[in-house]
Amino acid sequence: MIRVVLPFHLRNLARVDGEVELDLAAPVTIGAVLDALEARHPVLRGTIRDHGTLKRRPFVRYFACKEDLSLEPPETQLPDAVASGKEPFLIIGAMAGG
Amino acid sequence: MVGTKKGAFILTADGKRKDWQVSGPHFAGWEMYHLKGSAVDPNRIYASQSSGWFGQIIQRSDDGGKTWNTPGSSAGELKGPEGMPKGESNKFVYAGEAGTHKWYDGSQHPWEFKRVWHIEPSLTDPDTAYAGVEDAAIFKTTDGGKTWQELPGLRRAKGNLWQPGAGGMAVHTILLDPKNDQRIYVAISAGGAFRTDDGGKTWKPITRGLKSPYELPDPDAEVGHCVHRMTLHPSRPDVLFMQKHWDVLRTDNAGDQWNEVSGNLPTDFGFPIDVHAHEPETIYVVPITSDALHYPPEGKLRVYRSKTGGNEWEPLTKGLPQKDCYVNVLRDAMAVDSLDKSGIYFGTTGGQVYCSADSGDNWMPIVRDLPAVYSVEVQTLP
Repeated sequence: MIRVVLPFHLRNLARVDGEVELDLAAPVTIGAVLDALEARHPVLRGTIRDHGTLKRRPFVRYFACKEDLSLEPPETQLPDAVASGKEPFLIIGAMAGG
Repeated sequence: MVGTKKGAFILTADGKRKDWQVSGPHFAGWEMYHLKGSAVDPNRIYASQSSGWFGQIIQRSDDGGKTWNTPGSSAGELKGPEGMPKGESNKFVYAGEAGTHKWYDGSQHPWEFKRVWHIEPSLTDPDTAYAGVEDAAIFKTTDGGKTWQELPGLRRAKGNLWQPGAGGMAVHTILLDPKNDQRIYVAISAGGAFRTDDGGKTWKPITRGLKSPYELPDPDAEVGHCVHRMTLHPSRPDVLFMQKHWDVLRTDNAGDQWNEVSGNLPTDFGFPIDVHAHEPETIYVVPITSDALHYPPEGKLRVYRSKTGGNEWEPLTKGLPQKDCYVNVLRDAMAVDSLDKSGIYFGTTGGQVYCSADSGDNWMPIVRDLPAVYSVEVQTLP
């Protein structure tokens, strides 16, 4: 089971109270997690990745196990601790000004 | 209905328009560019919710703003194991090859969708609405906002020559002709004004008579004029009024020829322009000092009214701050109601929303401390 932590505004949008839990078969990649998340909550399509290109939106970041995975390609496998549910996969609204 | 930089607010009053209830913020923390109700079903309201972080969301209410959902979903479906049925209500993808437009350095730049600035519901069908977007294009839904399709003919009207101004390049004005369902007008900052007579398949610039000597190398160019806002009275849809970057203008032939009617305005720079609900020759603007100084002249917030369709203007000041006022009024932030004595409303970048219940003679603030106001729309309910 994968645990995904959404930023405040996306939790509100998807009407999610806490973490989102997803069941994924191996290999657990960044792209596979995002695909499963958007399948569960289609309202999030376009909010994390661009609708057409599936590129990460500029002010969204991906963190896991104290690493910034934002610039890694979508086929990048997530750490075992994330794949096992011990650590969450964090989707972050980046700091932007002020 | 007030769209602001940090959420939406719904202000409600009875016909006297003195005691107001404020509800909100709805969609707290999101930029709410525009909310507008259907003319045929006032309970159906469309809203544009966006964020520099998370992009564009379309929201819809079917109960007059009490509850909201992304079109195609219900609250339960959003949390269900399969998610909401389609999830495409937020999807604005340009038709075919996106193409390019002019960029700041003179090169061509790909069209990139950023946000919906304005939603204009159909005058006859609550499931049909048009969306004006940045980068400039017009989209249409016929299923209540579940899916949106571009009307790409607009960008074929010399779109390669449009160039974003400092505020972005967006379709911010959409006017539907109540007497001809095939005719639509749109306006684009630093793009110009355009009209279709075939329901959106083909468009042509309607800029003859516009002069922009300080903004364009060719002041009479067909496209590129920075049109800030247009409006019309439904009884007379061939007559349009325009607030351009500089100049207030009118056309009496559906945009084929424009004539300046700035007359005795203290400055003819500004953003909104609107028409009285029952007097087609009574129009309102808010003069702003200049393109370099986006606040009212002399720190005095004055609405100017012309009862002669332009040229002769009178300042309206009772109840409005007449010193130390340095707010702006954005293009979509003025509206009129259709009560007997038409009410006029506008919101400011300082978060005030003002109301006049007597066509502009006297004003009062409804609220003073909202986030910067992007848009104001009014529904007159039975």
